[in-house]
Amino acid sequence: MLDSRGPRFAAAITTVVFILVLAFGSGWLALAQAAVFALTAFTRYGPYSLLYKRFVAPRLGPPGQFEAPQPVRFAQIVGLVFALLCAIGYLSGASLLGVIAAGFALAAAFLNAAFGFCLGCEVYLLARRVLTRGQSTAGGQ
Amino acid sequence: MPPGSCSPKMLRKSKNPTCRPAPERDTLEGVELTGLLVAMIVLLAAAAFGAYRKATDGKVRSVSGSINRLHVPGKITLLQFSSAFCAPCRATRAACAEVARTTPGVAHLDIDAESQLDTVRAMGIRRTPTVLIIAPSGEIVGRVEGALNLAQVRTAIGAVHA
Repeated sequence: MLDSRGPRFAAAITTVVFILVLAFGSGWLALAQAAVFALTAFTRYGPYSLLYKRFVAPRLGPPGQFEAPQPVRFAQIVGLVFALLCAIGYLSGASLLGVIAAGFALAAAFLNAAFGFCLGCEVYLLARRVLTRGQSTAGGQ
Repeated sequence: MPPGSCSPKMLRKSKNPTCRPAPERDTLEGVELTGLLVAMIVLLAAAAFGAYRKATDGKVRSVSGSINRLHVPGKITLLQFSSAFCAPCRATRAACAEVARTTPGVAHLDIDAESQLDTVRAMGIRRTPTVLIIAPSGEIVGRVEGALNLAQVRTAIGAVHA
């Protein structure tokens, strides 16, 4: 279980990073953020969570809320996809793709930081509904 | 004077438009104004969306319809739709289970929305957690989206008698 303030802290840094990505049109910064998402999703060494544990958590009281790691990991993987699309867009000269991907990533990161928005709650079911629509119709006939 | 014939000195001082360096469109010290504008619009839209969600989450909306399964006949059923990557589903599950345990005539069913996609479509479930409040007769009387605490679950049950 995770101290639920950790992912909120990480989302706040991610918000700032994507504002900078948009402001400077920087594909390299988006790529660096993609690496952060990948490390957080697939290893125990998420850079922002290490920062949180080392510098922030000791200054706060004991955690009040815990949450399961799976929803956080899901959000990191979705973030990874958007950060990669954004980096590819800016670095290949398709900056419109870069702007759109960064815009979605910024919205999700900001909502998570400011409101505790849960990406997995919102998009996972919708994605399942859309992806299985064809199968379900076929199965019903 | 033909364009492009300016000396560096003239370029600095001249007010002649043909003598100015081509302005770098859309940038200011390396900042892309379009990108900055997009960032601001996204932040404003997200803040509005977040505030709207905060105001409406946990509030019962009345719905009409009925369901002949996934409810406990003779009891008020809290039918909760959950999903795998949903942190608030756990808190809602705990609150609903506690209310069901301590309130006579109330039952709680928690289902994985993925396993019931046909019902999810039929009921218009868009996200998790969503709780349907079902009267003992099987009539659906309300729907609540978002994380619920004990007080909100008790209020939601009140929708049956209202």
